[in-house]
Amino acid sequence: MKYEVLVEVRLRPGIADPQGATIERALPALGFSAVDAVRVGKAIRLSVDAPDEAAAHERATLVAERLLANPVIEESVVTVIGVAEPAGRNGARP
Amino acid sequence: MSARIGVVVFPGSNCEHDVVKALRCLGSGAEAEAELVWHGERTVAGYDAVVLPGGFAHGDYLRPGALARFSPVMEAVSKYAADGGPVVGICNGFQVLTEAGLLPGALQKNVGLRFLCKTVAVRVCTTRSVLTGETVLGEELALPINHFEGNFTCDAATLEVLRAEDRVVLRYTDNPNGSVDDIAGVCNEEGNVVGLMPHPERACDAMTASTDGTGLLRSLVAAATRHTRLAV
Repeated sequence: MKYEVLVEVRLRPGIADPQGATIERALPALGFSAVDAVRVGKAIRLSVDAPDEAAAHERATLVAERLLANPVIEESVVTVIGVAEPAGRNGARP
Repeated sequence: MSARIGVVVFPGSNCEHDVVKALRCLGSGAEAEAELVWHGERTVAGYDAVVLPGGFAHGDYLRPGALARFSPVMEAVSKYAADGGPVVGICNGFQVLTEAGLLPGALQKNVGLRFLCKTVAVRVCTTRSVLTGETVLGEELALPINHFEGNFTCDAATLEVLRAEDRVVLRYTDNPNGSVDDIAGVCNEEGNVVGLMPHPERACDAMTASTDGTGLLRSLVAAATRHTRLAV
């Protein structure tokens, strides 16, 4: 079974975020006043071949910890979204 | 006897020829042979030092250095470093060394999100590293920087260790990128693995604005020569 998985990579709490800070500083100029605590991360979607959802989660977690996130400054959250629709490489649909 | 130095080339490296040329032209007392080593090689045996040059290894996809650390040559570089071999990572090479876990910390995007391309002043903060053995403690060097992700980041505990173990190699005199504690370069515990954001190889010729990079590269050649002699 192929499962669609979302990996969110974000900076660990306490690690300075130059991108988030820059976006936050730009907001008032655009008229947004009630927004703060901007943190920028990455959302990475994968499809994982696994016998069940738990195994898909486990495999995606290994990928996230070994490659997708740099544990020195980042942490990752893995969510199995559901069964993946058939798709080609890099998500190209037929 | 001249030192033999391997300069690793990843797909996307772009400073390897500058490093080779600079190492070959240091002059008397620092004779070095330098040659390119493709990232697909599984050994760095026979070299007296290894340099990971600047550029955009594997396109810097995902994060700078994130994919390069899995290049075949990196396992050999890790073993070489563990055996005491001199290893220097310049700019992107520094990012590769942190991703590979050979140096602590990480290089984040510059504060202000500006790509920086200019000559800056850095101060030599220790002479116990293979890159600063022949320099003078406290000496100020004018060196070019050329990076978007040179903002050295580490947690407070790591910073304390770096300071206590005298592992901060270079500090900016006027922090250009937001690096923790003004850090421009660090080394491992033994001092044989060094990473720095500035480019010493671009400051070795009278035609460039500064020749302050020569002291660093001469230090590396001296360390490489010592390494050979120990190994032989």
